[in-house]
Amino acid sequence: MDESLLRTLTPTVIGILVRRGADFAAAEDAVQEALVEAVRRWPDDPPRDAKGWLLTVAWRKFLDAARADTSRRRREVLVEAEPVPGPAEVVDDTIQLYFLCAHPSLTPASAVALTLRAVGGLTTRQIAQAYLVPEATMAQRISRAKRTVSGVRLNEPGDVATVLRVLYLVFNEGYSGDVDLAAEAIRLTRQLAARISHEEVAGLLALMLLHHARRPARTGPDGRLVPLAEQDRSRWDTRLIAEGVDVLQAALARDRLGEFQAQAAIAALHADARTAEETDWVQIVEWYDELVRLTDSPVARLNRAVAVGEADGPRAGLAALAGLDPTLPRHTAAAAYLHERDGDPVTAARLYAEAARSAPNLAERDHLTRQAARLNVRLRAGGGQSPPR
Amino acid sequence: MAKYLLLKHYRGAPAAVNDVPMDQWTPEEVSAHVQYMRDFATRLEGSGEFVDGQALSPEGTFVRYDGEGRPPVTDGPFAETKDLIAGWMVIDVETYERALELAGELSAAPGAGGKPIHEWLEVRPFLTEPPTITE
Repeated sequence: MDESLLRTLTPTVIGILVRRGADFAAAEDAVQEALVEAVRRWPDDPPRDAKGWLLTVAWRKFLDAARADTSRRRREVLVEAEPVPGPAEVVDDTIQLYFLCAHPSLTPASAVALTLRAVGGLTTRQIAQAYLVPEATMAQRISRAKRTVSGVRLNEPGDVATVLRVLYLVFNEGYSGDVDLAAEAIRLTRQLAARISHEEVAGLLALMLLHHARRPARTGPDGRLVPLAEQDRSRWDTRLIAEGVDVLQAALARDRLGEFQAQAAIAALHADARTAEETDWVQIVEWYDELVRLTDSPVARLNRAVAVGEADGPRAGLAALAGLDPTLPRHTAAAAYLHERDGDPVTAARLYAEAARSAPNLAERDHLTRQAARLNVRLRAGGGQSPPR
Repeated sequence: MAKYLLLKHYRGAPAAVNDVPMDQWTPEEVSAHVQYMRDFATRLEGSGEFVDGQALSPEGTFVRYDGEGRPPVTDGPFAETKDLIAGWMVIDVETYERALELAGELSAAPGAGGKPIHEWLEVRPFLTEPPTITE
């Protein structure tokens, strides 16, 4: 059975149910139940018309639920009436669902969960596994999110930026459990980009493709982090890079720069370098300047300082770092790196060990500990000062 | 089956035999240690005895209620003398002896010089639900 087809149909079918008069929460529940039934029945009995099948079953589930509701409470005209054929799609239902699931009244975690279920067609169990929480907890998070947006009409105009933030969060969560969230985020962003012409949607898609291309090289066989400069670039996915660059160029040609395009441009410059030494750091710094101008983000400033260290030497990098808040995540790690490049392994080793203690995840902690260990081995062997690389 | 918590401490436990801070090991020794821990968890999954494992950041704060309508009181970061938990593994095993055996293996993880750390781990039984049949 083609599970990806099933998942693609999810937002369309929800949209049709809503047009026929179901409220979003009931429509979403009905489609989720129909999906579960499809997963059970399609392998032995694949339908000729997948969308028609899903729509019929979901509508029946909705009617069953509504009838049960009615017999408990009051009669509803809607349910007794024959299902009216929905009006022709005026607006794209799928886009409206993206907006609804990323509605600004939702917390980021709720928006992510709701998007993965209603737009992505994932089951609650899959989403729970991906975020390492019990299924009951995720089910609650989703039903609370649905209550929060229950008053929002599906045809209200939405803000693309909120949708992009949600998709970015899903992508950044990466990979845990059975569901590849990075791949799912790419699928959802691709689907959005195919329906809406917006330079930042394209920018985010390019950013995801270019980072996803590096994934095979980002971890060693033993699960350890491999930093960009040490990655085996022959393991980068050239097909994804080519697609990412194409998407980015088309976006940039529209001359409406945004933060995702700027980030994608930086990723594209890395992808363009056949070796780490060939990296065009001067251009990368220019893109970081754009990014800082667009976002005023401290994280962008921190990354810019590291890029300045590559373009203009470690002293310049340390000077750029000096003006930043030392409690920023990865500030200490960046300082350690720049001090090592500046020929001061004693300070670098101390800072790497300090950075390891405050690392936000195990992979980074192990990596930073190894960096400290590497320098300490050299220092014990008597190499006080080392020439800059 | 009975569940046990294997607790690892940053500090507060008696000193390990091979007590060298990790950043003073060689990078290969760090990798060997990380690999040992991964293999250990994988093996317990395979034997049906693994429940959960988590690592904790050394940074933390004590917090307590300070009365109606007031923000909670914080005290921290943890003082240098405080016991500090580094992480845990929860196992579900047939016997207490099996829990001790596994904790012993975990304590043998290689450290500086590739030799076992002999670090002290705390083994704590879970309190369970009352049994159905009591007489």
